[in-house]
Amino acid sequence: MTDAWDRAMTALALLAIDPMLGGIHLRARAGPARQAFVDAAASLPHPALRLHPAMSPEQIDGGVDLTATLQHGALTQTRGLLDRAPSILTLAMAERVEPYLAARLGASLDAQDGHILIAMDEGLEDETVPESLSDRLAFQLHLDGLAMGDIGKILLAPKQSLTKRISAPDDSIELLVDVAVRLGIRSLRAVGFALRAAKAHAALNDRNAVTEEDIHTAIALVLAPRATQLPTEDTQDTPPPDIPEDQASQTPESLPDMPDEMLLDAVQAVLPTDMLDKLQTGQNIRTGSGAGAGARKIGNRRGRPLPARNTRTTRSDARVDLMATLRAALPWQTIRKQARPDHKGAHIRPSDLRHKRYQNLSDRLLIFTVDASGSAAIARLGEAKGAVELLLGQAYARRDHVALVAFRGTEAELLLPPTRSLVQTKRRLASLPGGGATPLAAGLEAAQELADVCARKGLTPVVVLLTDGRANIARDGTADRAQAASDAQAVARALRGSGTQSIVIDTGNRPTSGLRDLADALGGSYLALPRADAQQLSRAVDAQLAS
Amino acid sequence: MKQPFPFSAIVGQTDMKRAMILTAIDPSIGGVLVFGDRGTGKSTAVRALASLLPPIKAVKGCPVNSAKPADCPDWAGVKARRTHEIPTPVVDLPLGVSEDRVTGALDIEKALTKGEKAFQPGLLARANRGYLYIDEVNLLEDHIVDLLLDVAQSGENVVEREGLSIRHAARFVLVGSGNPEEGELRPQLLDRFGLSVDVASPTDIDERIEVIKRRDAYDNDHAAFMLRWQAEDAALRDRITSARKALTKLKTPDQTLRDVATLCVELGADGLRGELTLLKAARAYAAYRDDTALTRGHVRDVAALALRHRLRRDPLDDAGSGTRVTRILQEVLGA
Repeated sequence: MTDAWDRAMTALALLAIDPMLGGIHLRARAGPARQAFVDAAASLPHPALRLHPAMSPEQIDGGVDLTATLQHGALTQTRGLLDRAPSILTLAMAERVEPYLAARLGASLDAQDGHILIAMDEGLEDETVPESLSDRLAFQLHLDGLAMGDIGKILLAPKQSLTKRISAPDDSIELLVDVAVRLGIRSLRAVGFALRAAKAHAALNDRNAVTEEDIHTAIALVLAPRATQLPTEDTQDTPPPDIPEDQASQTPESLPDMPDEMLLDAVQAVLPTDMLDKLQTGQNIRTGSGAGAGARKIGNRRGRPLPARNTRTTRSDARVDLMATLRAALPWQTIRKQARPDHKGAHIRPSDLRHKRYQNLSDRLLIFTVDASGSAAIARLGEAKGAVELLLGQAYARRDHVALVAFRGTEAELLLPPTRSLVQTKRRLASLPGGGATPLAAGLEAAQELADVCARKGLTPVVVLLTDGRANIARDGTADRAQAASDAQAVARALRGSGTQSIVIDTGNRPTSGLRDLADALGGSYLALPRADAQQLSRAVDAQLAS
Repeated sequence: MKQPFPFSAIVGQTDMKRAMILTAIDPSIGGVLVFGDRGTGKSTAVRALASLLPPIKAVKGCPVNSAKPADCPDWAGVKARRTHEIPTPVVDLPLGVSEDRVTGALDIEKALTKGEKAFQPGLLARANRGYLYIDEVNLLEDHIVDLLLDVAQSGENVVEREGLSIRHAARFVLVGSGNPEEGELRPQLLDRFGLSVDVASPTDIDERIEVIKRRDAYDNDHAAFMLRWQAEDAALRDRITSARKALTKLKTPDQTLRDVATLCVELGADGLRGELTLLKAARAYAAYRDDTALTRGHVRDVAALALRHRLRRDPLDDAGSGTRVTRILQEVLGA
């Protein structure tokens, strides 16, 4: 029995019955399982359309077809992709979707145009589809780890299409709401989707009313993947529901009492395996895509677009702005045609050429790398935490993002992924463990990894290291002071090699020369701040960054 | 396309609905910012707004919905002298929209077919005298934010590009929504919103159930549901229309002015925009309640809406600014 595959097929069948379910957020790498799923989706009777994450507004909304217009000399309009008849939209690499496309798709789903969206998310750990989109899709599926043998039969598209006549007993709604609360799902869209899914499932099985089995399926398909907490037996925040006993007996067409445990078992069977890891950090993994106001595009040709100019550039990588060029040439066409009537096609002179220009204001990422070892750790972490919050408080004006890496014992841990949100930061920083040895090299390595990833995303990372510098754990985890120090030096040189700016803040009571050497290896600045508090730290970092 | 979910059928979310009604009564209050969780009815409320608002009179064919033929911009070349009723425009500004589409740009169609240099109006033109809705306003790109700030302040859209030199009126009520966990809003933009609302998913089970039931009825029993709630919407629309008339006759006692000023000083709100907005909001609220004079009660009821987002933020203070407003309110106006 391959549950994941069966669920995927059920989800497709339900979508075919009721396209208002929005679609599927499919988290899977490219592979046979995903391919089989896409093939199955293609067998649905709707026309299929493929979208890619960086589609331009012209492609999405339609506009003037320049090539055709110039060719025929008559205006040719293209139709927007979303204006077509209800289709299955397959969005590849959905985790990289541009904000405009995400917003348009969201609006289209809201308007219930009948499109079905399959968002194929190939993101690594913390990359995923923007929540504004995934919240509007009923189903979330994980197909990773399915082997060829697990891929079962491909369902044929069901014939039923009406969900109108399906009645749902009142207590089924109450049950769904209750389960959603217990699973910590705040969005009410999820419950609405669950109800729709239950009805569609009833239609799939040729029933006129929602039964226990339909509710079961709806919970497994819609609610369970959205859980942010393990189901609680008694909900503390909300009054315990008195639904099953009181009202079930009154309504004539009610569900048979569904034992709570059975229901929760159903949920637990479906919970993603990495659920616990996510729960330990207190939050579901959030999408980072939000913070990226223009910071997402890679390379030196990104940033805020400026009006195109007719600059004489010798750079070979300069991009011609086709629209602007044509715009510049258009008003002259009549005159130029009179001057050279033999010339066919558009009259474009070199003086019409316009090049794209961008103003590149890259966002900065401050990676606080904090030594959480030993007895002084608690205080130091507290101050680092305060400094992070203070810096974030003014972050918008300075375009800074903040991340926090702590190292202690034998390893380093990313406590706060890059963010600009105060709300999220406070939540994450609520509890910080401290104590143990000082794996300085591991800490720097973690910082470097993060710096690399973020640099690829277009941020400019700055590493701020807070430590008293007595490294005593080597990279391989052994307690060897000399090895630890030389490892730290080696990582520091690598970090410098990657061009990352850094600041070393010595928080030891007696500043050591070792850290000054480390700062030299990092090519960064060195500050001795024994017993620094949050305000001092934030001021010091500020001053260093300004210089 | 289906008609949007009716405004009056939205369960709970009193603050959000009140804020939107106040801006409908007096658009000069200057917009609403709705911050909160997903799936709490933010977008639903805005999309419902369009059918709730009283229609406006506009010159036929005018791209910026001018009220009088004299107000039509020259470049539009509007020949019609007659006005007709159109629904109050509610324009969506999608995230990641290009500057061209916001401000307007050279009309490619005319340029290609006729070789004319003409202006194609953008979203700002369409939103004139209506609402401009930005979902996920906190994720909006900086250069679009700058542009909106400028237009919102001057009430005029100035386009100087591609050899065009165009200006037209662009007065609109800005409605923004977003989720604070995904990023903060820039303080300058924050200040432009007259009112701000924090929404959360209802924690009451019964309320949640009611939400789902109504949504279900909207989807499956559309005609009957719309009939039932459109009547309510119509009643609300009448109330808004009569409140607009009552607003001009409403008296503002000096004592209320003093209260409002004291409140803002105590809260340390920057600038005078807080006072003005609070006063306007309180007046609109009094008119909506059909009262003839402004009282402390009105001020108290809308103070949090108008002032919450104008306080200096202290990153180390855990309590939200809503609580601070409530505390000061009690100190200044008494319980």
